[in-house]
Amino acid sequence: MSSSSSSPVSSSTSAPGTRLPVSSVSSLSPEAVKEILDFAGKFPDRLAATLPALHIAQREFGFVSLEAMKAVANVLGIPEGHVYGVASFYSMYQKHPVGAFHIQVCTNISCALNGAVALLDLVKKKTGISKRGEVSADGLWSFEEVECLASCGSAPCLQINHDIYDEFVNEKELDRILDACRSGQYRGWAK
Amino acid sequence: MTNIRQKKDPQKYTYEGFGTPSLPNLMLRGAGNLDNWKLQVYQQEHEGYVGLKRALALQPSQVIDEMKASGIRGRGGAGFPAGLKWSFMPKDTADKKFTRYLVCNADEGEPGTFKDRAIMEYNPHQLIEGMIIAGFAMQCALGYIYVRGEYLWLIEKLEAAIEEARKANLLGKNILESGFDFDLMLYRGAGSYICGEETALLNSLEGRRGEPRIKPPFPASKGAFGQPTTINNVETLAAAAPILRMGGSEYAKIGTPKNTGTRIFCVSGHVKRPGLYELPLGFPLNKLVQDLAGGTPNGNKIKAIIPGGASSAIFTESDFDCPLDFDTVRDRGSMAGSGGIIVIDEDTCMVQVCLRLIRFYAHESCGQCTPCREGCNWMEMILTRIENGEGRLEDLEVLKSMTPRIAGKTLCALGDAACAPMDSILDKFRHEFIHHIEHKKCPKPACQLVTYSH
Ligand SMILES: Cc1cc2nc3c(=O)[nH]c(=O)nc-3n(C[C@H](O)[C@H](O)[C@H](O)COP(=O)(O)O)c2cc1C
Ligand code: SF4
Ligand code: FES
Repeated sequence: MSSSSSSPVSSSTSAPGTRLPVSSVSSLSPEAVKEILDFAGKFPDRLAATLPALHIAQREFGFVSLEAMKAVANVLGIPEGHVYGVASFYSMYQKHPVGAFHIQVCTNISCALNGAVALLDLVKKKTGISKRGEVSADGLWSFEEVECLASCGSAPCLQINHDIYDEFVNEKELDRILDACRSGQYRGWAK
Repeated sequence: MTNIRQKKDPQKYTYEGFGTPSLPNLMLRGAGNLDNWKLQVYQQEHEGYVGLKRALALQPSQVIDEMKASGIRGRGGAGFPAGLKWSFMPKDTADKKFTRYLVCNADEGEPGTFKDRAIMEYNPHQLIEGMIIAGFAMQCALGYIYVRGEYLWLIEKLEAAIEEARKANLLGKNILESGFDFDLMLYRGAGSYICGEETALLNSLEGRRGEPRIKPPFPASKGAFGQPTTINNVETLAAAAPILRMGGSEYAKIGTPKNTGTRIFCVSGHVKRPGLYELPLGFPLNKLVQDLAGGTPNGNKIKAIIPGGASSAIFTESDFDCPLDFDTVRDRGSMAGSGGIIVIDEDTCMVQVCLRLIRFYAHESCGQCTPCREGCNWMEMILTRIENGEGRLEDLEVLKSMTPRIAGKTLCALGDAACAPMDSILDKFRHEFIHHIEHKKCPKPACQLVTYSH
């Protein structure tokens, strides 16, 4: 773990990025390193592996922490600043810890026309979280609003981790889905 | 509060052919059947890889001629003729050999659009076949499929299909003994609408921030990794398979003379049977919305229809009869775009619709150009104020004056994409904005389309 994590330093003297949340994992596993290097070898330029590497790092670290970004830069031999720039550009790289089940509710137009705002309120009520960035006390839940998930034809919809629930999710459906998560019967994304 | 839609219709998607069994659809064959993605099903039931075999027996330039003869226009948004685009790729000369790339745009982020997903979910081999045909026609070394990051579950399926194709020597070295080498590689995005713009997509594919590039140079001369590249939408590439199977001139008989073939219309919003409808181009909008999609679920009157994805100008009743082809929709002041048709009923507040759409663009602007970055945020701010009953009448003039300063003055078309819905809603529903301002509140409190926690 990086030395900057334990003692919060005043913001005026802290190095850039030290106020970002710290992950409990501090390095990539050898398998992950190999996976990243395999990706790098497939492209004419190893920089192209930045996005896949960040996906792998997110899986390993739980979210894209500063340590995760540094590890990616290190493995690929590319500037840390580049990795940070990329990680901050894309919304799927979580820069803060998320729950074991990260619920993404689409609130874009087709979903909104079919009650996405009410669905989002239900998600808040049932998980006990009031805003994005929070994780429930048991570590199970977090949520965010996302843009169109390309399930507009079965709106409203939501996605949990990598699993899309595009079945006109209503209150009953939501209960069923959350119960499945709680009881470990979460079907994962191997649909 | 807008009620959550209850599942009334048993069908999740409605897959409709444009004809009878003797004229089966071309793009959505077997959709809905979970086993349909398999090579065996594709070959036995859907004439799979027949088009590829015909293509490999031709010269590459003849394949491009078939595409030109088919008249097919790009299904990604702009409707640019695909055969012509393919012909822009530079050819090898005695002293210069190129490494050419093909890129499939599977970023599908346009709100209201969900067709590419269905092709990849149910007919991945048709996309693979189309890409091999395109790769052969342009003599590309490799094809990348840039898939939006959220489609992880789909990527698994695509990968399995690609592996099947490799095993059957449909990909790899010396494809079907033709001497042509070609392979496909998947690249996963990470959540960014702008990466659907072709040059932003190229930057993303190179592992950079998804910021659109200045054109020229166009991708055909300097694309992925600095090499000549052609970028096409999933539906465009997948259509190459039936086109080569039927022959370009046969395909051109479907639709209208300048808008040939079928396309997959995605119908969502306030309709009884939302879903995917494959129809010939030129099919009338109201027939699709009323007859096929069943009109609104509760019989409400339809107030507005977005005809071509969130980036297109909104239609009101006088345009509901519009034939859905690129030219007529454009002549009526909108855009056929991505084929995403969003139906809005009379109980909906149009100020909220407008705000919801603009917020999307404000959120997704890459931030490179000031008019788009600042303009979209300003528009969002002003619209929020109006919706909350704190607007002023001058706001409408300010909004009106903003769009000509954004549209056409930005690096990519996202600026224009934000202005089209803004302008059209403001023009056609001005009275709703004025009502908000004069009564200092939204007249439809039951309609809730916008959250405040984004
Ligand atoms: C902001 C923006 C977003 C776009 N998103 C997509 C997209 O998600 N999918 C797509 O195929 N094309 C998208 N396009 C259009 C592409 O830039 C490009 O024109 C298209 O992929 C070309 O394919 P086609 O010739 O087969 O239509 C987008 C364009 C803009 C300006
Ligand atoms: S128009 Fe908007 S999205 Fe496009 S390049 Fe400019 S700032 Fe980026
Ligand atoms: S608008 Fe929600 S999935 Fe498209």
